[in-house]
Amino acid sequence: MAYGEDGWTALGDPTRRAIFERLAEHPQAVGELAAELPVSRPAVSQHLKVLKDAGLVVDRPLGTRRIYQVDPDGVAALRAQLDRFWSQALAAYKQVVEEPPEGV
Amino acid sequence: MPTQAQETSVRTQIVVEAPIERAFAVFTEQFDRIKPREHNLLDVDIAESVFERREGGRIYDRGVDGSECGWARVLAYEPPNRVVFSWDISPRWQVETDLARTSEVEVRFIAETPGSTRVELEHRHLDRHGDGWQSERDGVAGEGGWPLYLQRYADLLRS
Repeated sequence: MAYGEDGWTALGDPTRRAIFERLAEHPQAVGELAAELPVSRPAVSQHLKVLKDAGLVVDRPLGTRRIYQVDPDGVAALRAQLDRFWSQALAAYKQVVEEPPEGV
Repeated sequence: MPTQAQETSVRTQIVVEAPIERAFAVFTEQFDRIKPREHNLLDVDIAESVFERREGGRIYDRGVDGSECGWARVLAYEPPNRVVFSWDISPRWQVETDLARTSEVEVRFIAETPGSTRVELEHRHLDRHGDGWQSERDGVAGEGGWPLYLQRYADLLRS
C-alpha cells in the first residue's frame, strides 16, 4: 500500500485530529463535521483531502453526498487508532499502578 | 529506513513510580481495570476481563451470563520483565479466528531506579491484519469498536 502523506504528519494538526476522531466514531459527511467543529466547510474539505492522501480515511458516495470514514483497509489508519489506544491505556495503567495501597 | 507510513508497529512507553515487580504485577493482575468494560465483543455485559498469567494462557472477557470471549493468547510470560500476547481482533473489532491474521503486543518492564519502572509497549505485525481486508470493505466502520474504547480511556483519564 502506498500513502501520499505520512499519517502521523496528517494527525499532527489538531483540527485534523478532531476530524479523524469524529470519523472513528462513525462515518460522516462534510456538512456534519463542519456543524460540529468551529471550522468552515471548505476548511473541513481541505483537511479531509489531507487525511485521505495520508491513507487514513476513505470516502464513498451516498446519494448526493460523500460519506467519509476511517480507512478499514489502511495500516496507517489502524496504527493511528492503536497508537492513541495504547498511549491512553498506559496512562490509565499509570494511574492504577501509582495509586496508594488500600488502607493508607 | 522505512517511512513511518510503512511502519507496521505501534510503540509507546511510560514511566511509572513503582518498583518493577509491582509494575508488572499491576499490569497483568489488574488488567480488568485497564480494559474498559464497555468495549465488548460479547452479546451481554462483561462481568470480568481475565488475564491468565502464564504462557499459553488467554485473555478473555466473561459475560454476566457466563459466556466468554477470548481475544488474546499469552505468548510469553516472564515476570517481572516481559509479557507478550497476541491480538486476535480484526480491524473491524471482531474476534479473528485465522491466527495468520493476528498481530502481537509485547510489553517490556525496565527498572529505571529501585522505585520507578519504564514500560515499553510495542504492538507489531499490524500488516498481518491486512489479509482479507478487501472482502470486508463494504462493512460499516467499527462503530462501538475502537472509538468507544478510546473514549472510555479518555473519560477515565479526565476523571
